[in-house]
Amino acid sequence: MGIRGIFQGKPSHRKALADGYVIPDSFRCVQCGICTYNCPIDLDVRRYAWLGSPINNSHCLTCGECVARCPRGVLRFGRLSDITQQHLGERNT
Amino acid sequence: MRRYVIIGTGVAGISAAEVIRSQDTSGEILLIGDEPYGYYSRPGLAYFLTNEIPQQLLFPYSKKDFTNLNIQSLRARVIKIYPNDQLIETHSGDKIHYDQLLIAVGAAAAVPKIPGIDLTGVVKLDNLKDARSIIKLTGKARKAVVVGGGITALELVEGFRARGVKTHYLLRRDRFWGSVLDETESKIVEQRLIGEGVKIHYHTEVEKILGKRGRVSGVSIGDGKIIKCRLVGVAIGIKPRTRLAENAGIQTDRGILVNEFLQTNFPNIYAAGDITQVFDPFTGKTIIDSLWVPARLQGQTAGLNMTGQNVPYIKGVAFNVTRLAGLTTTIIGSVGRGADEDLVSIVRGDSETWRRIPDALVRQSKDKDSRLRLMLGENTILGAVMMGDQTLYQYLQPIISKQIDISPIREQLLQPNLPIGNIIIGFCSKRNLQLAV
Ligand SMILES: Cc1cc2nc3c(=O)[nH]c(=O)nc-3n(C[C@H](O)[C@H](O)[C@H](O)COP(=O)(O)OP(=O)(O)OC[C@H]3O[C@@H](n4cnc5c(N)ncnc54)[C@H](O)[C@@H]3O)c2cc1C
Repeated sequence: MGIRGIFQGKPSHRKALADGYVIPDSFRCVQCGICTYNCPIDLDVRRYAWLGSPINNSHCLTCGECVARCPRGVLRFGRLSDITQQHLGERNT
Repeated sequence: MRRYVIIGTGVAGISAAEVIRSQDTSGEILLIGDEPYGYYSRPGLAYFLTNEIPQQLLFPYSKKDFTNLNIQSLRARVIKIYPNDQLIETHSGDKIHYDQLLIAVGAAAAVPKIPGIDLTGVVKLDNLKDARSIIKLTGKARKAVVVGGGITALELVEGFRARGVKTHYLLRRDRFWGSVLDETESKIVEQRLIGEGVKIHYHTEVEKILGKRGRVSGVSIGDGKIIKCRLVGVAIGIKPRTRLAENAGIQTDRGILVNEFLQTNFPNIYAAGDITQVFDPFTGKTIIDSLWVPARLQGQTAGLNMTGQNVPYIKGVAFNVTRLAGLTTTIIGSVGRGADEDLVSIVRGDSETWRRIPDALVRQSKDKDSRLRLMLGENTILGAVMMGDQTLYQYLQPIISKQIDISPIREQLLQPNLPIGNIIIGFCSKRNLQLAV
């Protein structure tokens, strides 16, 4: 859902879900645990978010449940190739 | 062997402990806290109230995580610090030596001076104990009144509603969180609350909380008017717990004053998190945040410096993501101004920087569920409020935090009919400006 009058057409950067990894943004995360609670295979998604690491567990179904449930937009789908080394602290400049 | 003592088991304290252990594998780390439930997600309390998560999910750390960190935990209240002797004293009279001390004692909810405030049924949302008692009380109460502003007041309103309690929300002025949100944003939130069945009373103040046999029975709101209720939720702001530091001769203002290394006026005593008043390069003043991520970053920075490094804490642009009446909302940089009569201080999930802005132009666009407000400075974007659609966050975050010169697109942004989303993305793509994740 774009914002009418803000975007014209689909933003080109949006990636298809098929791209496949759930990627957290630690800077938006408050460790509430909704993601972990809703993971159908009990992955501790929240821990990945704390560490700022993509959910690279081979069991992840990429079902999107955590992405959809997160109340703060912490999680999104992306390709591993999009991820540069990113740690807390680097971004705070 | 060095002994690091950390007072406070919140995110600042835990983050410091993690970092200290990563730098010093043999030092002794003692984590002291008076919180009966230890470390948990305070912002998560809101979702515990709305029944979106069970209590056990509030705890990000397992016992094993603590064991792996090799830290000692002590449940105690620290009542005194003796900086010259490098000792702290607990409520039970134990004196403990430290080589390096971190004060990460956070802030507590401010309590309004309203008659009846001590009655059973008056609640705040500060900690897990509060949340548990709210849940217990909502089992019996059919009606509640909420007073205050900001995120926590809203979380109380939504928590009560989710538990089937008819809720009246009292606002002193004509809108919600007027110091941070603009009128339209306030209205969006209010309309959504009304849609959920919340009754909002504008220009209304509680004169007195009424009680029967020690329990809340209603509130009087002037002109002889009374709202009957069994629960009163209060969220008027927070107050950093400065007393411990003050009594020890540690310099304080609204919070503990620190230098860029988060060091107090005693070189081996540091402060981090909600208790700390840090230098804000954006305003040139010292400010307090009540935000999870800054508390974490400060804990990490203080931890590094306690192990002997010299790492400055560079406060980034104030930023929070929250859910306001069901809408994911990101607030970055300077977006509001002035005071909010529903609050006596900043609130949780709030930053003092958000209301210190020079005049700025506002460019708005909206549809039913999404809205973006940009605060345009002369040649930078000073702040943004994003409700609903969060797509532009990853572009605006670097533009605002790095104070990028946007003069090439400023005129375009001001044109009412141009798609500012595409303009911003185009601008960022050319300059490779995007969050790395
Ligand atoms: C309901 C709620 C909603 C929130 N929403 C958001 C949000 O949307 N976004 C956001 O970024 N932030 C939010 N916050 C704020 C965020 O949780 C805080 O900024 C963060 O927890 C601060 O961490 P801290 O470690 O500094 O302090 P705290 O988490 O407050 O921890 C301090 C600890 O020290 C202990 N302590 C105090 N005095 C002593 C003593 N003398 N001896 C021993 N122990 C002591 C206290 O018991 C406490 O456990 C919210 C907070 C609450 C309560």
